[in-house]
Amino acid sequence: MIPAPFDYHCPGTLDEAVALLSRYGDQAKVLSGGMSLLPTLKLRLGSYAHLVDINRIPGLEYVKEEKGWLRIGAGTRQATLERSEIIKSKYGILVDAVPLIADPLVRNRGTIGGNLANGDPANDWPAIAIALGAELAVRGPKGERAIAANRFYKSLFVTELKADEILVEVRVPVPPAKSGGAYRKLKRKTGDFAAAAVAVQLTLNAKGAVERAGIALTNAGPTPVEAVEAQKFLSGKAPDDKNILETAKLAAKASSPSADRRGSVEYKREMARVLAGRALHAALDRAGRS
Amino acid sequence: MKHRISVKVNGAAREAEVESRLLLVHFIRENLRLTGTHIGCDTSHCGVCTVLLDGQPVKSCTVLAVQADGCSVSTVEGLEQGGKLHPVQEAFTEKHALQCGFCTPGMLMTCSALLERNRKPTEQEIREAISGNLCRCTGYLNIVKAVQHAAEKMRAS
Repeated sequence: MIPAPFDYHCPGTLDEAVALLSRYGDQAKVLSGGMSLLPTLKLRLGSYAHLVDINRIPGLEYVKEEKGWLRIGAGTRQATLERSEIIKSKYGILVDAVPLIADPLVRNRGTIGGNLANGDPANDWPAIAIALGAELAVRGPKGERAIAANRFYKSLFVTELKADEILVEVRVPVPPAKSGGAYRKLKRKTGDFAAAAVAVQLTLNAKGAVERAGIALTNAGPTPVEAVEAQKFLSGKAPDDKNILETAKLAAKASSPSADRRGSVEYKREMARVLAGRALHAALDRAGRS
Repeated sequence: MKHRISVKVNGAAREAEVESRLLLVHFIRENLRLTGTHIGCDTSHCGVCTVLLDGQPVKSCTVLAVQADGCSVSTVEGLEQGGKLHPVQEAFTEKHALQCGFCTPGMLMTCSALLERNRKPTEQEIREAISGNLCRCTGYLNIVKAVQHAAEKMRAS
């Protein structure tokens, strides 16, 4: 399969890339890892007159902790995240999740920025970013602005990102002591999208009650789903079995999956409940519950 | 829109003028006539088109040729050195790691990259590394054995 013709641009700086996007507007698309975009073009599900390749712009690939934030450059490959010592040290949710994204060859090309900016609710990073309370930094003609991950997704494949903006950095607040996260995903095979998947990031207080709960679902509706009621319910409560059971139920209730070859609506919602329970328990174990 | 690209393919500099939309796999097969790299699903699932781009295994049906400008590309034709098969090629032969052979070029590239960074992969690590390369004949058992065998050969040499 061959994509429809397009012009390829390979800017050397972010400013040049933004200028190209400003010039071509809706006719242009940013090419990052290309793991969703190129299949889309080949299958002719979408077409753009201009591709703006950001792969050769220096300074977009990094993972670092700075002033209370984990900062990840948008061009960072999934494979780099998988091998990052910083991530292995205290981001259990990412240790779980990144190896479950697509397959190893796709992770060698695919980037965190592309996964987030594409706006596909079946991608794993959006729910993870929401659970972690991440901010997404985007650059446009007027400079940079930060958008909370849970406000980034508007509808299917539609995000807060304007046609002339580029996602440049993902910022995750460094989890305080007594924090833990987990990601649980059900898929039929390597490379498949999730039938259901749940991202959880918890922080406990000195008494062992839940101080902060971030809970979000992948492929559970037209946008990534933040399980707001579940988060509210668990906050301030003791994370005992009964409360976890109820939280998982509320998380599943927030989902509105559609039936496809991965299962019926009922099945997917039930799997979301089961996975939420498992993710909550795993997160609590990592947070060092007493 | 045409682009002049220069790519080091299996160690040799190759130059070409390519259209923006030309895929790397088509560049390799049709422009360079290196047909060892196969096209299977053409949707970045099956992995038969795997080549090494600057040493990393990638699915060449999902990379533009113009993106490889200035990079090095290794294909299955480059594994053999000076008339001697790569240890992973020898091991695939000795351990019967292929039946129809369609997935083999991609498998070999993924496995050779794995062995470059890990000379003693566990079965789990091998299975994880090849999880983006589908084989519908072997059930993977002999492929895993071949990679372990190749690892032994490479450690010994």
